[in-house]
Amino acid sequence: MTEFLQLTVSGLGKGAVYALLALGFVIIFKATDVVNFAHGSLVLLGGYVVIATKDILGYAGAAAVGIAAAGLGALLVERLLISQSKLADPISLVLLTIGVDVIITEEIIRRLGVTAPFLGGPLEGAPLRLGNIVVFRPQLIALIVGVVLITAFFLAFRYTGWGVAMRAQAENREATALMGIRSSWVTGSAWLVAGLLAGVAVLFIATQDFSGAGLGRGTHAIALAAFPAAIIGGLDSTGGAVLGGVIVGLTEAYTAGYISFDFSESAIYLVMLLVLVARPVGLFGTRELSRV
Amino acid sequence: MSETFSQGPGSGTGSGTAAGTDTATADGDAGTTAARRRNLLSGNRMLRPAAVILLLVVLLALPLYLSASWLRAGEFVMIGAVGAIGLTLLIGQAGQLSLGHAFFLFVGAVSYTVLAPDPGLRGENAELVSLGWPPALALVGAVVICALLGLAFAPISGRVRGIYLAVATLALVFLGFYLGRELVSLTGGTGSGRAPADLSLFGFCFCDERPEDLVVLGVPFGEAERLWYAFLALTVVGYLLARGAVRGRPGRAWRAVRDNEAMASVMGVPLARSRAGVFAISSGYAGLAGAMLVVWFGILKPDESEIGTYGINVSIAFLAMVIVGGLGSIPGAVWGAALVYGLEKVLELTVTSASIFGIVGFTPVLLTQFVYGAAIILVVLFEPGGLAAIGRRLTAALASTTEKGR
Repeated sequence: MTEFLQLTVSGLGKGAVYALLALGFVIIFKATDVVNFAHGSLVLLGGYVVIATKDILGYAGAAAVGIAAAGLGALLVERLLISQSKLADPISLVLLTIGVDVIITEEIIRRLGVTAPFLGGPLEGAPLRLGNIVVFRPQLIALIVGVVLITAFFLAFRYTGWGVAMRAQAENREATALMGIRSSWVTGSAWLVAGLLAGVAVLFIATQDFSGAGLGRGTHAIALAAFPAAIIGGLDSTGGAVLGGVIVGLTEAYTAGYISFDFSESAIYLVMLLVLVARPVGLFGTRELSRV
Repeated sequence: MSETFSQGPGSGTGSGTAAGTDTATADGDAGTTAARRRNLLSGNRMLRPAAVILLLVVLLALPLYLSASWLRAGEFVMIGAVGAIGLTLLIGQAGQLSLGHAFFLFVGAVSYTVLAPDPGLRGENAELVSLGWPPALALVGAVVICALLGLAFAPISGRVRGIYLAVATLALVFLGFYLGRELVSLTGGTGSGRAPADLSLFGFCFCDERPEDLVVLGVPFGEAERLWYAFLALTVVGYLLARGAVRGRPGRAWRAVRDNEAMASVMGVPLARSRAGVFAISSGYAGLAGAMLVVWFGILKPDESEIGTYGINVSIAFLAMVIVGGLGSIPGAVWGAALVYGLEKVLELTVTSASIFGIVGFTPVLLTQFVYGAAIILVVLFEPGGLAAIGRRLTAALASTTEKGR
């Protein structure tokens, strides 16, 4: 029982980070119909900027700059590339983001060289003990930060003008434009928010207690796990993304604990396949209907 | 050059909806554009077979002139071409996105190694499974196994569309990565791997044994020269089969499903079967490429991380070939392979210093990745038809100038 609770706590902490990433995918998909394969490279970009500025600005300053850099990177991808190719079909745009991903990732990996620095900072420290359960700090803080950010996002999505504009555009782009909402503003801000969330996520991913590995190719691979999270929930469902993130986090923790650590990475993808067999558009995704 | 292969007379009858503006299809241009192009090219009717024959003669003669390392670079490109042809059918013709190509490459490599006899280089490792089929049969077996495995993925590949399929197939890569480490009796494990048998056909070995036995025009034919011909034959067969499928009934069905599901099903195309079928065919091509790859490498070694010989990076490299070449175009896939795999090998052969431009860590592999990353972006932004479309336009321009000159 203790082990189960232990794994659940750890899985929820991981799930919160996956949820942040998956939420980013979904926001981008809703606003621009693009599945952003460059998300992993944005995660790396944020992490790299933190590493590069840590000595000058201190951890808190560097973290802020890193988050901003990831957001800005996403905004630039949208402004310079995605918005320039409105006529391209969604598959071409996906391929475009793969091209972006290759370039950013390879350059950052080259700059990092053989080092894989940890982003730990004040996040890492002696684990907390609740009875028999050990709670690693990055996971606990990730859970808190995740809950706060996700709640803030949903409140904004529900009540602010920005949220209304986002939802309106996802429903019907032409009508929204006719209502005087600037489409570029909506799509740009969607990418910006997704990038910021990726920048937050990397602060937790590249720590000893979360992944056991510093910033590097492994970080990119972990960020990919947000894909199954988004797909499980359904690519166009924000609530689904959060649930998907939690499912992925828990699956990873349970399989790593009860079966084997090596298997846990495959397990999350197997869960995704099972969901896709049952529901080809994910748990909460909208089924596309075609009218003849 | 690309025009030489892509458009025979009468091949321009693509799907009904794909007009000449639909640059995403090589063979899908219908109606006026194709007709006009046929007129433009009518003066060059002799030119086309002549160019094909010339190209084949050059390719057949190259082993007489190139050194083994350059031949091996060419063989690597052929491996890429076979894999890319399979992927372009799936992505370009059927509109399904797959990131699982590397997984089928891996399955093909393992299947060949397990089916073929164990070369016995590592006799101490007795638990390795080996069925001892003749290598040529093992090659066919690898293709069949991959195609069947692709077919077994039908519950997903037949129902899940486009981008969802891309992420679903990502699962296969991670699964292959896990199984590669676990099934040591098949794969040899990540530590040492295992050696595959040399390719041979009816007792003729495509390997280095007794090179003095086979001397052609004063050139001793070792493994590199012999494999060149074997790979060339496999590539040409793969090319022709794919071209036949694209021009025939299956190709029309794929394009119909891609362009308009409702229309396709009204016309009597079974959607799920068509999608699952093209996925299986694409997997078979990847399996062949994988078997070729393991013969080329001379060792089967599962990856130790997600990035490796059969990792996500390989799936992305194949995507790049297909995009840069022009989605759906079979000659385009070959040109894409020449760019993505060829550039890397050419740089490795020509660049002697450890880092290009004196920048630390700027390796040929990295430069190649930058080039194809940028090429993907440029192609999507400016020329969705890729190299194939550029080639078509060049030949059309060439044809119109020769026409005027008459």
